[in-house]
Amino acid sequence: MATSVPGVLAHFAHIDGAADAIRELKATGHKDLTVYCAMHNHELEEAIGDPISAVRYWTLFFGLLGCASGFSLAIWMSSDWPLLVGGKPITAIPSFVVIGFELTILFGSLATVAAIIILSAMKSLKGRPYHPKFSDDHIGIFVPCSGEQAAAVEQLLVGHGSVEVSRDA
Amino acid sequence: MAVIPYDPSRPTQTHGEVTRDVIATITSKPTKGYYILLGTMAFLTALLLGSVTMLMKDGLGLAGYAPPIMWSVYITTFVFWVGIGHAGTLISAILFLFRSPWRTAVYRATEAMTVFAVMTAALFPIIHIGRQWIFYWLLPYPNARYLWPNFKSPLLWDVFAISTYLTVSSTFLMVGLVPDIAAVRDHVSGWRKKLYGMLSLGWTGADSQWRHYSRAYLYLAALATPLVLSVHSVVSWDFAVSIVPGWHGTIFAPYFVAGAIYSGIGMVLTLMIPLRKVLKVEHMITDYHFDNLSKLTLFTGSILFYAYAMEYFVAWYSGSTFEQTTFWLRAFGPAWWAGWSMIICNAFVSQLLWFKKIRTNLTSLFVISIFINLGMWFERYVIVTSSLANDYVPYAWGQINPTWADWTILLGSFGWFGLWFTLFYKNFPIVAIQEIKEMIPMPRRKSSHGGAH
Repeated sequence: MATSVPGVLAHFAHIDGAADAIRELKATGHKDLTVYCAMHNHELEEAIGDPISAVRYWTLFFGLLGCASGFSLAIWMSSDWPLLVGGKPITAIPSFVVIGFELTILFGSLATVAAIIILSAMKSLKGRPYHPKFSDDHIGIFVPCSGEQAAAVEQLLVGHGSVEVSRDA
Repeated sequence: MAVIPYDPSRPTQTHGEVTRDVIATITSKPTKGYYILLGTMAFLTALLLGSVTMLMKDGLGLAGYAPPIMWSVYITTFVFWVGIGHAGTLISAILFLFRSPWRTAVYRATEAMTVFAVMTAALFPIIHIGRQWIFYWLLPYPNARYLWPNFKSPLLWDVFAISTYLTVSSTFLMVGLVPDIAAVRDHVSGWRKKLYGMLSLGWTGADSQWRHYSRAYLYLAALATPLVLSVHSVVSWDFAVSIVPGWHGTIFAPYFVAGAIYSGIGMVLTLMIPLRKVLKVEHMITDYHFDNLSKLTLFTGSILFYAYAMEYFVAWYSGSTFEQTTFWLRAFGPAWWAGWSMIICNAFVSQLLWFKKIRTNLTSLFVISIFINLGMWFERYVIVTSSLANDYVPYAWGQINPTWADWTILLGSFGWFGLWFTLFYKNFPIVAIQEIKEMIPMPRRKSSHGGAH
């Protein structure tokens, strides 16, 4: 597959081999690896060692914003055209809890989805090779490297059991 | 995610086989039976549209609306479909947080069922309001006279609850689908590759994507969990906040939530038992899953049994003549058949699931699921109409008189729901590929004892 990022792409059929390869690549100073897998895997996640996603801040912030918006909306609209209903005060907070709750969930959920899209897009995968086997039963590791380093990287990957290695110039 | 033990008796054992078997449900040529099913659903949907058009032209009188019963079959059917929509999020979100491994094989189908059930439910308040073309008056929007809806009314709470639930459950379904759609994209060709390519949103399963995705999925589940419990509570407050006898009960919220989950799982059983055979995924959706679904049905059915008993007890213990009369008439009044259908189908039939032989016999389970569907529709029918029929003033008592417009719209709603579900299961992965793969341990070079195998 044509690519604009030079490096080595390896296929792995075994999870421990892939995880070991990632650890050794990191130990030998290789950064910016891309690891493909068909499902979320804790062993790979640990080997990659990235910090916890920032999605949680989005969920929390927009959830709280939703809660505040729900109460504000109900309070403002009830005061804008004040009508006494059922003997309750114009600003009847217990009645507005449902609105506050629903908007907490709504804003929090939509922001969480937006966060996946935006945060994932912040690391561009453009020009990095991909193979359909990675959504099937292979783990893929792409190591960006120069032509001189490629042979050593290939050797390292094959040493950890890579079943297929290709070099992209 | 908990990993189930490696089981050599399961035919689907490798990740490659999971991809192959699930994608085969999409790429295999639809049978004649599929087209007949699709045609039937389209016909029923046309019936729904035709009847609603007539109703818009002639008004709600066509549906037999007459005092004192101004909430009737449409509100009954609304509550019925919202209830159906609860099992999906329970299985996909709540059981995800509880780390129940058995949810994996069935959650996609139940989640899709949820979205389509809520889409069906949302039609009914709009049909019911009479002037359907101005349904947007339900929403708070800036208008020339600066009028705002009444935020103290549970009916407005319901507008917020249902629209939030529809949005969040659709989002949850779509987010879960993205990695699976990418897997389909990589293994099909032609127009399908283009379509799934667009829908996969550039998913490649890269570590940078999984990192955010796995966290986000957890938070979505955490947000959906209180939501699913709140939605039917809010629906129950449509009734409980009023002072109508038979409605004004503090047990309504938990009673409705248990009933909703019970009815939803009933519909899951009705759909999944034939579907797994049609799609040839019996090796993924097994007796183990149905046994667990049955236990959940038994649990929620037993809560309903208790709630029904408590309703009658509270009516007696309250000393309120109106409350006692309402419940007496539910059992022995003109609509006794509906009252007893509800009690027998829900409280008693569910108790058959104590027996393992019944839980693992799919024919009996399917028959029980039909009883559950019927029973839960009757439950809502009894709650909605019997209380209105026998209010505080005996002079104004009346009886419901459903017409063809009620029945065709009820029947048509099954077509509308079925049409979406039928299209979905043949075009999208009905079993969650990536989560099933999470359950199957990946091959290792070294065994846990250090030796190669």
